Amino acid sequence: MDIERLHYMANQIAANFAVQGEDSAIAATAAHITSFWDPRMKSQIIKSERSGLSPIAAAAVASLG
Amino acid sequence: MGYEPQDDLGTPAVVSDRVVTLMIDGRAVCVPEGTSVMRAAAECGGAIPKLCATDNLEAFGSCRMCLVEIEGRKGTPASCTTPAEEGMSVHTQTARLAKLRKGVMELYISDHPLDCLTCSANNDCELQDTAAQVGLRDVRYGFEGENHLGQMPDLSNPYFLFAPDKCIACSRCVRACDEVQGTFALTIEGRGFGSKVSAGQADDDFLGSECVSCGACVQACPTSALMEKSVKQLGKPERSVITTCGYCGVGCTFRAEMKGDQLVRMVPWKDGKANRGHSCVKGRFAWGYANHKDRVRSPMIRESIDQPWREVGWDEALGFAAGRLNAIREEHGARALGGITSSRCTNEETFLVQKLVRAGFGSNNVDTCARVCHSPTGYGLKTTFGTSAGTQDFDSVMDSDVILVIGANPTDAHPVFASRMKRRSRQGAKLIVIDPRRIDLVRSPHVEAAHHLPLRPGTNVAVLTAMAHVIVTEGLADTAFIGERCEVDAYQDWARFVSDAKHAPETLEPVTGVRADELRAAARLFATGGNSAIYYGLGVTEHSQGSSTVMAIANLAMATGNIGRRGVGVNPLRGQNNVQGACDMGSFPHELSGYRHISDADTRALFEDDWGVALDPDPGLRINNMIDAALDGSFRAIYIQGEDILQSDPNTQHVAAGLAAMDCVIVHDLFLNETANYAHVFLPGSTFLEKDGTFTNAERRIQPVRRVMDPANAPDGDGLEDWQVTQALANALGLDWNYTHASEILDEIARLTPTFAGVSWDRLDREASLQWPVNEAHPDGSPTMHVDGFVRGKGLFVVTDYVPTDERTGPRFPLLLTTGRILSQYNVGAQTRRTANTLWHECDELEMHPVDAENRGLSDGDWTRLASRTGETTLRVKITDRVAPGVVYTTFHHPETQANVVTTEYSDWATNCPEYKVTAVQVTPSNGPTGWQEDYAELSARARRIAPAEPAE
Ligand code: SF4
Ligand code: SF4
Ligand code: SF4
Ligand code: FES
Repeated sequence: MDIERLHYMANQIAANFAVQGEDSAIAATAAHITSFWDPRMKSQIIKSERSGLSPIAAAAVASLG
Repeated sequence: MGYEPQDDLGTPAVVSDRVVTLMIDGRAVCVPEGTSVMRAAAECGGAIPKLCATDNLEAFGSCRMCLVEIEGRKGTPASCTTPAEEGMSVHTQTARLAKLRKGVMELYISDHPLDCLTCSANNDCELQDTAAQVGLRDVRYGFEGENHLGQMPDLSNPYFLFAPDKCIACSRCVRACDEVQGTFALTIEGRGFGSKVSAGQADDDFLGSECVSCGACVQACPTSALMEKSVKQLGKPERSVITTCGYCGVGCTFRAEMKGDQLVRMVPWKDGKANRGHSCVKGRFAWGYANHKDRVRSPMIRESIDQPWREVGWDEALGFAAGRLNAIREEHGARALGGITSSRCTNEETFLVQKLVRAGFGSNNVDTCARVCHSPTGYGLKTTFGTSAGTQDFDSVMDSDVILVIGANPTDAHPVFASRMKRRSRQGAKLIVIDPRRIDLVRSPHVEAAHHLPLRPGTNVAVLTAMAHVIVTEGLADTAFIGERCEVDAYQDWARFVSDAKHAPETLEPVTGVRADELRAAARLFATGGNSAIYYGLGVTEHSQGSSTVMAIANLAMATGNIGRRGVGVNPLRGQNNVQGACDMGSFPHELSGYRHISDADTRALFEDDWGVALDPDPGLRINNMIDAALDGSFRAIYIQGEDILQSDPNTQHVAAGLAAMDCVIVHDLFLNETANYAHVFLPGSTFLEKDGTFTNAERRIQPVRRVMDPANAPDGDGLEDWQVTQALANALGLDWNYTHASEILDEIARLTPTFAGVSWDRLDREASLQWPVNEAHPDGSPTMHVDGFVRGKGLFVVTDYVPTDERTGPRFPLLLTTGRILSQYNVGAQTRRTANTLWHECDELEMHPVDAENRGLSDGDWTRLASRTGETTLRVKITDRVAPGVVYTTFHHPETQANVVTTEYSDWATNCPEYKVTAVQVTPSNGPTGWQEDYAELSARARRIAPAEPAE
């Protein structure tokens, strides 16, 4: 799937959790992706080049795999 | 059930703790204090003649037909306006009363045409009945005097007529319009003998008046003066069946009054707990689409979408579909297949579609159109309260002191509930409206909101956080409630966050556009005004922060202690009739029925044992992800039941490209909808009148839908209810399902879903409706939720930071477009556009403030070009100050407009619910439809071709 779109989605999730503080936002973002994304979306974002991700989103994705 | 009108006890039921006992014609009867003598008599089997009284209206006391004698009192008081008192002794049938009543009756009849045998109310007329009751045998006055005979009827309303010569000036219609509907469209003009019912000004007809065609007056009228045209045409019904409206989430119940297999009229059912005998124009009158010529009456298939459709039998269509599905699964794996359930179909049908996807296709790629409306409600309320549903029943609003309406327009989208709200507001409850538009609840006859906060679209979270700021910093939070019922640490984090000066209404005023003093006053009223209830709609959910807004609403309710009893609560107003049900039934890709996550092994095991298959433990794709995945070839087949995703989902052209990329699109619907332009298999559907099952309305009320006629989706006898079609498709795939009635599917739902454990068809038959949860802990269902504790234990405050949408206005797109609905049309309009409701709404219009219009040189009714970064369309402009400068508004009921051509792909961060409510646009003068509209019209015509039948060999 369009990787930019997946990055956009992950960044948006991270932005909404950011207010919780970094550690907790990273965990919440990772948990959200695990709970709601289909496997192909997860594997694609894990495999992707992550420069388009915000720091929280990148850390969350890194924690996934 | 035969056809008899429902009992009419004359005056409304009274609720009181005190009971009085009185004697009526020598019979003792006990009634709640405040009950009328008329009602008391009816409750002990009597029948005092009456004309101006009916039990859904307050007593009026004008006809003098209901006189009685009371021992120890002088004269003959009217029983409808006389309250029953302890120890009273009443006589309802005496020689003196008989004479008086006969005299009154003679006067009425002397001004009434005696064409009873040819009158459409013959044998169903209260005037006739009353004449019979009083034993009227002759009329001494003759018919030559001045009278109303021969006046011309008003036929302007498409569904009912007004015949003034049949009017007895009882004013029941006027009072029904005022008290029940709350529109105040009718008046009695003139006085005494000359009096006459009129819709607004002297020469207004019904269609031209304020009338919204709800039908309350027609139902209230004792004669044929106000009468459904269908009754005039078809005659008196012979039987009636109780069923549930197929249009909106209010879930009104109706008596479908039938003659053979012909529906004569739909009459709101007085015992319906959602509607209490009221209705709106859609459910009451707009059922003609069921017989519309566009209904598809045969399954159809085609190899590719550039070919014409070929009509085939069920077996061939299902075999063709199964062949393609199997081939795709073989080559690309189960995750290339998916399905969409419908919020218009029954719980049983929805449950079966998700079962087909999970157990048959073998993926979790199932989603529902609730994705595009209320998925944030699911996320937000589950996170804060523990379950995804409104907390109250509709009756609860009658105990509210403050009603906060945000992002909802109930008078248009949930009219019957809006009538209840308006009634409560006339009794003194205060209204707070948070909406970019000046909706009718802000100001209309006899309604005046205490506060209207006209925010800029997209700033809901900022406004709600500012309200929370006021409540916390001014010490208005209900700390006792919070301490006892909520997670206190989370509350403290939240309170600290909202107390920050950057969330003060004064600071946020430039962002939200809402005056700080007005916002402060609204917040104080909400926190201190007594029972405060929140009602919200798609103006909350269809935003990039839809889920945050739902949580912000929940925070506000918890912070003020407004949860867990009557009169308070958080209530999503659901759009389509079965949005609640579709969500409950496991239509989301990550969830099995009852909101249990697919990754939960115990829940999965329950289903796996019952279904005899292994389930995929990973969540599946959401609708918009399915479209994205179709474009890269990893998603290739979709079964869509009862939804028109091309028209209802955002960014039409993207959806079209995704559908076009798939190898197998199966559309199961009543009409060749827009999505069907891209389909290979079309399975004709059945209407709610043609099937058994259940719908669940916005108050979690499960109500039966009953089959009153045979499905018209195939030649005689071969018609199938929608769940039967799904079952046949499952069996074509080799699944061996053997349900023989929807009730068996309901049993399976109850067996697998703890909140539905106590629900069965038999029980619904007996009790008419049940509000889930219905289980051991709540054997009789649950009118109010979270009474002693939250479903999740303690309520959870969630910090909701305002993250502005990425959709911004700028020099090229300076205006904000927001979208909505109107009363007479429903969703994408597939049904209502095929009824006379089009008289009220022929096309979608763009509302624009006079200042913006003037800047662009536009006048009312001009064609305009509406463009966003995504696309453009054309429609006519309507100039009005209901919208603020800088904001434009339209509906999306008509495919020619394709309003979603301009909406973007931005969506809610948590659920991907599309951001329909905010699009940056520019509006310029135009002289007609755009290229896309014309191309699309051509494509549609081509895609809808049906090949002529081949001659039989
Ligand atoms: S149909 Fe409804 S709105 Fe119209 S006049 Fe009758 S009661 Fe009023
Ligand atoms: S139209 Fe019917 S309800 Fe209205 S005043 Fe006349 S008789 Fe009564
Ligand atoms: S559309 Fe809604 S309000 Fe209207 S009759 Fe049906 S359920 Fe009731
Ligand atoms: S019914 Fe009592 S006065 Fe009309």
